[in-house]
Amino acid sequence: MSRPLARFTGLRHSFKGRKALLGISAEIQPGIITGLVGPDGAGKTTLLRLLAGLLRPEAGQVEVMGFDMLRNAAAAHPFIGYMPQRFGLYEDLSVAENLDLFADLHGLDRDTRAVRTERLLHFTGLTRFTARLAGQLSGGMKQKLGLACALLARPRLLLLDEPSVGVDPASRRELWAIVAAMLDEGRADGMGVVWATAYQDEAARCGRVLLLHQGALLADAPPETFLAPLQGRVFRLDAQAATRRAAAQRAGADKAVLDAVVEGAAIRIVLQRDAAVPDAAALGGTALRPAAPRFEDGFLDAIAAKEPQTNAPFLAPPARPASAQPAIEVAGLVRRFGDFTAVDHVSFTVAPGEIFGLLGPNGAGKSTTFRMLCGLLRPSAGSARVAGQDLLQAPAEARARIGYMAQRFSLYAELSARENLRFFARVYGLDRAQRELAIAQAFDRFELREVADTVSGDLPLGVKQRLALAAALLHGPDILFLDEPTSGVDPLARRAFWRRIGALADAGVAVLVTSHFMDEAEYCDRLAIVNAGRLIATGTPAELRERARSAELPDPTLEDAFIALVGQVPPERLAA
Amino acid sequence: MSAAQRLRGLARKEIKQILRDPSAILIAFLLPIVLMLVNGFGISFDARQVSLAVVATAPDETVRGMLQALQASPYLDPLLLPNMPAAEAALARGAVRGILVAREDFAPHLHRRGGAPAGLALDINATDPNTARLLEGYTSGALAAWMGGEVRERRLPQPGGVDLQHRYWFNPELRSADAIVPGVIALVMTMSGTLLTALIVAREWERGTMESMLASPAKMGELILAKLGCYFVLGIGSMALSVAMAVTLFQLPFRGSLLALAPAASLFMIFALGLGLLISTVARNQFVASQVAFLTTMMPAMMLSGMLFDIASMPWWLQWLTYAVPARYLVSILQTQFLAGDVWPVLLPNLAGLAAAAALAMVATLAVTRRRLD
Repeated sequence: MSRPLARFTGLRHSFKGRKALLGISAEIQPGIITGLVGPDGAGKTTLLRLLAGLLRPEAGQVEVMGFDMLRNAAAAHPFIGYMPQRFGLYEDLSVAENLDLFADLHGLDRDTRAVRTERLLHFTGLTRFTARLAGQLSGGMKQKLGLACALLARPRLLLLDEPSVGVDPASRRELWAIVAAMLDEGRADGMGVVWATAYQDEAARCGRVLLLHQGALLADAPPETFLAPLQGRVFRLDAQAATRRAAAQRAGADKAVLDAVVEGAAIRIVLQRDAAVPDAAALGGTALRPAAPRFEDGFLDAIAAKEPQTNAPFLAPPARPASAQPAIEVAGLVRRFGDFTAVDHVSFTVAPGEIFGLLGPNGAGKSTTFRMLCGLLRPSAGSARVAGQDLLQAPAEARARIGYMAQRFSLYAELSARENLRFFARVYGLDRAQRELAIAQAFDRFELREVADTVSGDLPLGVKQRLALAAALLHGPDILFLDEPTSGVDPLARRAFWRRIGALADAGVAVLVTSHFMDEAEYCDRLAIVNAGRLIATGTPAELRERARSAELPDPTLEDAFIALVGQVPPERLAA
Repeated sequence: MSAAQRLRGLARKEIKQILRDPSAILIAFLLPIVLMLVNGFGISFDARQVSLAVVATAPDETVRGMLQALQASPYLDPLLLPNMPAAEAALARGAVRGILVAREDFAPHLHRRGGAPAGLALDINATDPNTARLLEGYTSGALAAWMGGEVRERRLPQPGGVDLQHRYWFNPELRSADAIVPGVIALVMTMSGTLLTALIVAREWERGTMESMLASPAKMGELILAKLGCYFVLGIGSMALSVAMAVTLFQLPFRGSLLALAPAASLFMIFALGLGLLISTVARNQFVASQVAFLTTMMPAMMLSGMLFDIASMPWWLQWLTYAVPARYLVSILQTQFLAGDVWPVLLPNLAGLAAAAALAMVATLAVTRRRLD
């Protein structure tokens, strides 16, 4: 094995007493993309910043290119290309000016600069946009520019902090392709890449994966090794469409089952290590067929091996009376900001008990649609009815029927869980008796009793999310709005969250979800794909996948479907 | 050579940002204009046309003569009232600031040779001690002038005592604008200089561009030097604008020289820009940085620089504190430059003070902005 590009040993770091890294050790090898994989708060950014010499470790050692980053970071900097998570370029400089600045900082001479700039512009597809201000690029183009700037000096060690978050799926693939091509070119010089990601498909393509979870290094191995222990443990359980969520819950409670998730018409099941294959009927289904394991299953398995999970079923919410009326009815909805049309004639309906997803990259118009449905923003044209109430005529009545869970933790971090729930119950106008009852039920249903008096800001991400969901449901709404509910949450917490949402839907609550995360889309009953303000396609996940099926893509993912469906839209429109 | 290339690249970046982003231009040029107009016209210690009630129960020729003399003063606006209750009511209402009472036997006493002097009483509303003292001064001045005429005209006995001849130096017209505007220039410099760097560097932290810069081969000193250089030019432009406004709009004399003004302005600008850098590095957020910049610059520059309040009349511990406010040195230099000229014994110690402040700000900034995020 060649000499490692970077090496860290016993690396520990914390912020204001919160532990970010718990003494981890590993080596970064040249010639491959090393995936830094884990949910938000796992310690990915901290590790990258330590590797870039931007933080001083609390304990342990970091070495890049043989230089000790604590004492001699300046000597290593010429060899490092670093792309921070937030777009780290100057928005009021043009594409060419940003590249020029980085060329100057790295001391490139005129000829080298011209050759490399042209090549990188060509590679990233930015040649036509050199005069455009960086601030006016689309999310995907910004990331490509950031990548080009980081690659300009031909770094030996390229550090990329979640470059693909919030970027449209096509750009996400292009980013990966650019990095892979650059690595091919630089391999002879001993180049290596560290790519932090929460995307499981990206992790699966890495040469090696460092799996981080709550500051600990769970695994340091090639991605294939994550799949090996799962052979013969992954199945698809057929079940009747109407009862598939109940069946998934029942299967999940089985001792032999590590994980059970509704996926399309079937239930995907991962068995515990060394468990015998159970009977399909015992799991509440009709037939059990083997399926291919995925990287995420390996992640689940690795976490479960450390801390055994319980899939104990939780209290189901009370069922509500059936209603024939659609829960949400949107027709020809338009919203303009000046001469920019953020939402362009969007129409859809959501039935009670249905989980409906609005899927699209950042800037597609999802949030604007959401705000209009919450009555926070007036539509420029079109109509929206929520729970039978016209939002234009009776916004307050319509809002009273909605529960809303924002993307970022939107409760008061200084208040305890109980105080937060009390506050929201008062805001929703529940009287004292209703309030105490609703809070007691929320404690039971969302398993919050243990943390009732803990300050919310100190709770782990997954628990915070349960609390936020409990707060959104205190007043028993007919409709639940979820804004990117599980982006950045670890797969375990995400699955538990969606099981709850499934149970809510079974009880008759209509759920509207926005996401740019294709993994979340699989949990929806029906999806609408939005891009550049327009609704491009609507259908079940299976139907949408079907539309992308071709000879080259016999088994397309939702992301493939997204790219195929968006394909007709010219790139200029995407960039706007 | 590569350090020069990095500096050139960074400087080019700063210049483009300044040209494209209106906020730097607004801070450098609009803020000074607004501050100069508001403070230059708004703050005045001159009292003009102060209304004064004159109560005379028997208004004879003498009293009328005195009234005319009071009327002739540009500072007074006398008003004849018949009796004391009416005058007291006017004072209480705020319609007049003082009451001048001439007793019934005022004129006979005045014209009689020998005996007790003629009696006048002056009541003053002293809510604002400054205006009260001014009213007293203006009234006695006007009465003294009138008395002089009376003595000559009516050949009254010459009062003995001292004849005081006075001359006002540096500001013969006693215009308070002449004293305040140099102070306002110092205020403008502190605020615009500090805000320029405080906001703009905090924005680099907010947008994550500082993180990219720190991970690049650029040295911290180069980053700071490029920023300071560009904003220095902008800050000096802002200074030049303020001086031009002082001379043209407020009609101040300028008796000093560029030789003395240039080093003072430069040193102070380096201090202000350095302080801004320091604030933004610690705050890393535009809102906090602007709050801190306002608190640390505007308040001390207004209260403790000698711009509004005479430092010599402060208690000793507050006087000592003013030495920690670099604006004090600049105010002193500017007042000297505008009103007196190149008085080097005054300028040199103040320049030394500014040099120390600039050096301290630079050292502190370099110490705080290490190449780290933690």
